Parts: sequence; C-alpha cells; structure tokens
Amino acid sequence: MAWRDSRASRRRLLLFTSCIVVGIAALVAVGSFGRALEAAIAQQAKALLGADLSIGSRVRFTQEHEAFLASLGGEQAREITFSSMIVFPRSGGTRLIQLRALEGGFPFYGKIETEPPESEGRFRNEGGVLVEESLLLQFGAVVGDEVRIGNLTTRILGALRKVPGETVAFATIAPRVYLRLSDLGATGLLREGSLARYRVLFRMPTGMDVTALVAANQARLDTLRLSVATVAQRQEDLGQSMRNLYQFLNLVGFVALLLGGVGIASAIQVHVKQKLPTVAVLRCLGCGVWEAFGIYLVQSVALGTLGVGLGALAGVGIQYALPRVVADFVPFEVTMTVSWGAVVEAAIVGFGICLAFALLPLMPIRRVAPLQVLRVAFEPRRRLDGFQWSVLTALGVVVVAFAVGHTARWQEGLGFAGGLMAAFGALALVSRGVILAARKVRLTGWPFVIRQGWASVHRPNNRTLLLVVSLGLGTFLLLTLQWTQTLLLRQLISGQEGNRANAILFDIQPDQRDGVASLVRENGMPILDEARIVSMRLKSIRGRPVEELLADKSAKTPGWALRREFRTTVSETLRESEKVTAGTWIPRVEAGVEPVPVSVEEGIAKELGVGLGDELIWDLQGVPIRSTVASLREVDWRRVQPNFFVVFPAGPMDDAPAFHVLVTRVESAEDSARLQRTVVERYPNVSAIDITLVLRTLDQILGKIAFVIRFMAMFTVATGLLVLVSAVLSGRWQRVRESILLRVLGATRQQVLWILLSEYAVLGLLAATTGVVLALAGSAALAVWVFHVTFAPPLAPAGWAILGVTALTVGTGLVASRGVATHPPLEILRSEG
Amino acid sequence: MRGHDGQAILEVNQLTKTYPGSAGSLDVLREVSFRLPAGETLAIVGPSGSGKTTLLGLCAGLDAPSHGTVILAGENLGALDEDGRARVRNQHVGFVFQSFQLIPTLTAMENVMVPLELRGERGIEPEATRLLKEVGLGERLGHYPAQLSGGEQQRVAIARAFINRPKVLFADEPTGNLDTETGAKVVESLFRMNEAMGTALVLVTHDLELAKRARRLIRLRGGWLVEDSMTGQGEKEGAA
Repeated sequence: MAWRDSRASRRRLLLFTSCIVVGIAALVAVGSFGRALEAAIAQQAKALLGADLSIGSRVRFTQEHEAFLASLGGEQAREITFSSMIVFPRSGGTRLIQLRALEGGFPFYGKIETEPPESEGRFRNEGGVLVEESLLLQFGAVVGDEVRIGNLTTRILGALRKVPGETVAFATIAPRVYLRLSDLGATGLLREGSLARYRVLFRMPTGMDVTALVAANQARLDTLRLSVATVAQRQEDLGQSMRNLYQFLNLVGFVALLLGGVGIASAIQVHVKQKLPTVAVLRCLGCGVWEAFGIYLVQSVALGTLGVGLGALAGVGIQYALPRVVADFVPFEVTMTVSWGAVVEAAIVGFGICLAFALLPLMPIRRVAPLQVLRVAFEPRRRLDGFQWSVLTALGVVVVAFAVGHTARWQEGLGFAGGLMAAFGALALVSRGVILAARKVRLTGWPFVIRQGWASVHRPNNRTLLLVVSLGLGTFLLLTLQWTQTLLLRQLISGQEGNRANAILFDIQPDQRDGVASLVRENGMPILDEARIVSMRLKSIRGRPVEELLADKSAKTPGWALRREFRTTVSETLRESEKVTAGTWIPRVEAGVEPVPVSVEEGIAKELGVGLGDELIWDLQGVPIRSTVASLREVDWRRVQPNFFVVFPAGPMDDAPAFHVLVTRVESAEDSARLQRTVVERYPNVSAIDITLVLRTLDQILGKIAFVIRFMAMFTVATGLLVLVSAVLSGRWQRVRESILLRVLGATRQQVLWILLSEYAVLGLLAATTGVVLALAGSAALAVWVFHVTFAPPLAPAGWAILGVTALTVGTGLVASRGVATHPPLEILRSEG
Repeated sequence: MRGHDGQAILEVNQLTKTYPGSAGSLDVLREVSFRLPAGETLAIVGPSGSGKTTLLGLCAGLDAPSHGTVILAGENLGALDEDGRARVRNQHVGFVFQSFQLIPTLTAMENVMVPLELRGERGIEPEATRLLKEVGLGERLGHYPAQLSGGEQQRVAIARAFINRPKVLFADEPTGNLDTETGAKVVESLFRMNEAMGTALVLVTHDLELAKRARRLIRLRGGWLVEDSMTGQGEKEGAA
C-alpha cells in the first residue's frame, strides 16, 4: 500500500531525500578520514618523531647532561634550534628564520624532503643550507644562491619541502633553515644566554622498550630539567590533536545532518498534509489508525534508507577531498580507503536522525477521523502528546549522545549540543517573531506583487520557519567565522596604528646595545621601548625544590612552568601594558638585598600557585637568587612590546649576564627591510621581528584555518539550499494552483513571476538578516567573552551576505518554480472535473 | 433593455475546437455562433461531454479556438496573446466555479480584492467589505477559505467575481458542490448582484431549474448548438 500510495509523489519524495544526503555524506567522509588518520599515525609513528627518543633542553648541555645522555646509549644525533636572521645578498632581502643546526643521522625514520631530492645528502656531506621552499619563493632565491647567516656566508643546496612530523602551517610561522652543526660556530650566533633549544635524538637498538627506559630515568630527567619525547608520546599527542580535528569536522557535518533532518520533517509535513484526505478514505474503508500511520512510516523509512545510501555514496567520493583540505594541518601522508565502519556508523546516525525528524510530522495521521471524508474540518493547533514528546526526547538524546561521543570531554559535548539547540531555538524564535511582525505590518501603498511576497511570510502553509532556520544557520556560521577572523586581525593591526611599536630587535648583547640603538636612530626610527633580559630558572618555590615538585605527581604545578627558562627583566617603572593588581610595586632596592622583592604576572603566579609574600629562589647560571612576590601584575600580552612574567627591581641584578631588546616603529616595508639589512650587516647575531610580517603570517594561518571551517560550513549551506529547493518543490502544487487562478483572474505571466520573485526575495532577505543578526550576537559574544577584543565588525560582509543569500534564494526558488507561471489558465476548468 | 437585439457584449462566430488525438482528431465544439447582449442572462446546458465547459473556456478567453472568433467587450480574443487575454479577463470578466477556486493562503477579504489589486488599484477595501457584507459574510472578512463552509466559500467567490464590475460573469456549475438550500442562497446572491450591476451572466449547468432562471438557454449536444431559445423567464420578461 505504501508503494502504491507513493506512486503520484515518488519523484517529489526522491527529491526530499537530497536534504539528508549532504549531511550523511559529510559524516561518512569525515568518519573515513578519521579512521585514515588513525591508521596513518599508527603506520608512520616513528617517522612522526624521526627518532625513537628525543631529549631536549633550553640551556646548553652541561657535562652532567652529556654524561647522562651518553649513558642512554643508541645512535645519537644533535640539533640546536634558534631564531636568527638570514640575508639573501642577491636581492638584499632579510628575514627572521628558525635556524636548525643538525649533526648525525636524524631523521632516523622518514626523510627530510628537498628539491632537488639529492640535496639532503649533499647537505650532510658538503655543507651549505637547506632553505624553506616558501622563503626561496618570497625572495626569488634559487638553489646555488648565496645566503648569509650571522658571519657565515654559504650556498643554498636545496629547497626544504617536508620535515617528518611537522606541518606546513608550522613552517608558515617560522620558515626553517637547516645548517650543519659543524658550521654553526662560523656563524658566531650562539652565545651565552641565547634563546636556543638543544635536542639529542636517539635511534635505539631494535626491540628496546623506550617507554620503559624513560620511566626508569624520569627522576634524573626531572633533576636535569630535560624534556623528553618518545614515539608513543608523540603518537598519543598527535593522535589527540588529530582526533580534535576529526571530531571538529564531524560535529560540523552533524550540523548539516540535523539541518537536513529539519528539511525532511518539513517535506514529510507537506506530503502528509496532501495525503490526509486519502487517509480519511482509508479510515472509512476500515483501515486502523496505526495501519494508516504505518503506510507513511514505511514511505519515510524508504526515504531515509535511500537518502542514507546516496549520502554514503557521495561521502565516499568527498572523503578523497578532505586530506587536501586539511593538508596544512596534518604532518603526514594520509592514504584514503573506504572505511566501512565509518559508513555504517554514519548510516546508523543518519538514519536515526532522519527517522526521528520524519516521525514528528507523521503524527497528525493518527488523528485523522473517517468523518473527514465528508467534511474537512479546520484543525486548530494541538498540544504535543506523549508520543510526540517521546520522539522529541529521543531526538534530543541522539543529539547529545553524538555530541558527547565526538568531543574530548563530556562537558564540551553537552556545551556543543546545548549551543546547537540554542542556535536552532534562536533561529526558530526569531522566525516566529518575524511571522508575527509580518502579520502586523501591512505594506500599505506598496505594489500588489510585493505585498503578496511579504504576506507569504505569515500566511498559512508559509515556509518562513523552515527557510529562516536552514538558510539563517548557514549565513550565521559563515559570517560569524568571517567576523571573528577579521576582528582578531584588526585587533592586532589596530595596535600598530599611530606611534605604536611594530618592530622588535632582540638578542642584543650588552656591548652592542648602544651601537644598535644609534643605528636605529640613524635610520630615522625612534626607540619606543627597551628591556634588559636576564634568563634564569626556578630553583624552588616556597622552600620546595623544583625537582621535588616535578617528581610529586599530586602537585598541581604544570611541568612546563617549572622547567622553563624565565626571561625576566629589570625595571623601575611599569610599562603601558602593565597594571599592579595586588601588593606594592618596588622600583629599586640596594644591591645585595635579599630576598629581592619581585613583581609576578597574575597568570603565571596562578600556574605556580604563588601569592604575595611567597618565596621564589632562582638559579642564575648556578647562582641562587632569593626573591619574594611583592606585587602581582596584569599584563596586556597583545601589545607589541616586551612583556615579562617576572620583573626585578633595579639594583640587585645590575651586573647579571643579560641581553637587550629594543622596540621601534618602521613606517613602511622598505624602512623595515633597510633597518634589518643594516642591523644584520653590522650585528649579525641580532634578530629582528617585523610585526607587519607576523600579522601577514597570522592572516595566512587564520585563512588556512578559516578555509577548513568554511569547507565544512559549506555542507550546512548546501543543505540549506537543498532544504530550500525541497520546500519550493513541496509547495509547488499549491503555487501552480494559485498561479493558474491568478491568471484566470487576469494576472499576466510577469505578475505571477514577480509575485514568486518577491516571495523568495522576502524569505531570503529575512533568512539572511536573521543569520546576520545572530552572527552579530555570536561574534560579539566571542569577541567580548572569549577573545576580549572590542566588537566593531565591518558591515560590508553583512551586506554581501544579505545580498548573496537573497540572490541565492531567489535564484534557487525561481529555478525550482520554473513552469509555475506558464500553466495555461484553462487548467482551472479541467481541475473542476 | 435586454434581448437579442441589444448591443452585444459577447459575440461567438463559427466557434470550433478540435483536439488532436492518437485515434484521430476529436471535435469537441463545432461551428457554434451566438451573440450575447449586455446584461443578458444565458444558461448553457447539455449532457456531459457535449462541450459546455469548452465553450465557456473559449468565451472567457481561457483557451484559444481551432476555428472561429470570440469578441468579448469589443476585443477579438483570437488576436490577443495569453497576457492580452488575461488583461481582458481582468477588466471585463468575472468567474464563479463549481469548486470555488479561492486562494487558500488569502483571507476572504484578500481573495475578493485580488482582481482589482492585479490592476494596481488602491483603496479597494471598502468595496470588498461592502460586497462581502452583501453576500452575508460581513463577519468573516479575515477568515481563510479552510475556515469557511462550502456555501460561504462560494459567496466569497461571487463577491470576488463582481468586484471588478465585470461586463460578463461566467459561472461553471456554481451550485454543483452545494446542498439545495445553500445552493439556492448562492444563486439568489448571483442573480441579485447580476441584476444590480447590469452584468451579463453565462451559466453552465446541469440543473434545469437553475437554467430556467436565465432569460435565454443554449443547448449543446455532441459539440453542436442544437437549441438557442428564450426560457419561460425570458418570455415573461419579454412580454412584460
């Protein structure tokens, strides 16, 4: 019966299935991709680290360190990494790079990929440098060109393409340059107190349990303040971040699926409405309530099954695009194969969602009385009954379960489900408000066709709720993303306006300080700020040695805060970006006074668990410095100027080994290049950060992240459009009937078209405006509460969104309505029978 | 003044409609001719399949004839395209259908206003209200069709048919879907308003009692016009 009953509407029902196809496709694609990621991590585990074990330090290895490292055995490679400047003499360009001095056979697993490929081997044997490919492109440099790093002039051997375990996005932040460790001395760059990272990389004998080796030596590693990375750890860390990526993509896909569910519900509602007279006839002929319900339930199940099948097929195709979309964030090769597990999982979820959404509009079938054959009663709105509440609850449970199952913590899952429901609720609420407002606001004096379009917003069988939710959600997602990205960038850029600093020179040795300052002034640039930086480590907190705290698993202090090298400064005055929030700021004390009253930044104080009056003992190149927390400071880290966790008063640290940082302002890219060139020429060890370049890099990275999010958001937008098409098609019979009637009453084809056009324009406009309003609220909330930036969004994207969504709605609506205006009016007599 | 000799508002000459079919063409209407003076009432009767509805459709400009001409309010419909015919319908024609044909998403009031709104006329609410009051629906202005009974819907359709003060009103089985009592009320409204506005009425019906209320009767059989006569009503009025 279900099959026979669907005869007249089969084609239309098939079109409705498209609503969930996109959502299912997204889930299948992401699911398969997630499994491929896991498989790739398992297969390429060793190549992700490039070694069996990596041990690192922020300070140069001491004899004690060396003895310990030697005791671990295995084949060793060394790497020293730090920031420095590179000069391309041919073009005169300079750029801050991450210099990596390498010695030994690292990577032991995987390969450093270069162009030409043989350059990696030449690099190890002949010397020279391997330079990040993007950097070569930026400066128009080619293999064979000379470069200067510090005092060393050498040749480019090859372009660096890939380093095991590192992402392209990472390389965007800091372009990498590889140099042989034996050539590092010639650069003259590495001095006492330089900001460098020292690593020893091990290849252990086959079968050795590296995790057990690390566990056995953990206490020693803590004492020596050495950080450690094993393949298992790397695999776990990477697995977690990849899981985060995969789960994020999955959640976005799920939004598209839910939206498709809304589309299905709407389509079934229209279908059921048309079938109510048939149901009444069946009831008259003795069909039971649940039998009648069953006929349409079977149709819905068939619809869902077909949608799931098509979605799975589409998803299998789309999955091959995903590795390319996220390529910049995945540090290894992902080989895609169809994961049947993912397909089945997505199919079950998709089918469940589809069925739950279909059940809601099927409910009225249970209430069709046989009497309706004789008289179609006007049905007042009814309250939800127990069965409907059960279906709604089940739907809520599915949403929460999916969200919780696809987030790292259940709280996040609940938050996502709550946020999603809130977004749907807000859109539904706004559309209800719009419907009420449209009922009240009469466009008196406007042309009939426009008034008709406007009135279609509130009239019976309107599609306002459906379209505002589906199209509004897509608009909301895309615009919130756009605004948040713009706001973050603008906030950074706004700090660069006026006379704010935008260039930092660092690693200036004490004897170079005056020379560099003169050079800056000679270039016509001001010294806006400067700081003397003293590097030290924590020795003890409130009498407890750091080693003890590190070994104490119950201690809440994070290891990174205890192990880190603190770049402290000495200052008599507070900076613009600083504010004392507790205690007293002490500008100066006599040399030799102990404990030294220091000011600690609020955040790090919280991490270390210290407050006013607490004692901190520092290790300054073996010399203990006793201090007490005299004040706590709030620091605006977004400001381009040297900011510090710990500030010492003038006096006691005056003779401590230190380096200097100078902050200036460059007016143009040319000025910046000139300053960098002259500084690097005279002081090769001094590095320069051009904030404009940093911003550009940040923009690129945000752009890459935004691309991934936008790609997934497009699933939602596509679903929104499919819901629109389905809504238009589901109401097409009514439109055709109205169109014929209007033609009979004297409407021209153009008038009928204008009525359709104005209806879709009004709906598109409302959906887009609702999306824009919600995006404004969402972006404002993110700006104020998450990013703590001033919310002043550019309005152009809103205008484009409104225009674009409206045009898309009108275009889609008109295409889906084609032929409606051209039905001959004679059909009215034929329909009279 | 009413009668065959008055100024014709509708002239039908040698009207033929042929539908092509797989088993050869089918003549639904054959060489039908008549003239309808302004304000005249005409009933078209005949058995099912005799061509009544086709004739109504051709006269109202809803379809184009295979041969012959229809001149409605001085306009030769055959010379106009579909939009041109729509303009003529909007200006000179009113319709009442068996199944009411109201737009379900418009209220009673809005349904009535549609013909004038299509012309771009403003300030028509008072006239629509007046007409709805006249058909006894003054309290139902804001109701949607689904909230009205069949008789009420047909009365809304009558009010809509008269709002543009048509020269000809075409009614296709206007009581076909109504019970006797409701049908009688609807017919009463139809003839009363026709009388008041001087509109010519072309009525297609199976109901001979209803047909007799018209002054003139045309009978069709097999597509041919087999009778064109004055009804008793017409003769009575003629004698008077």
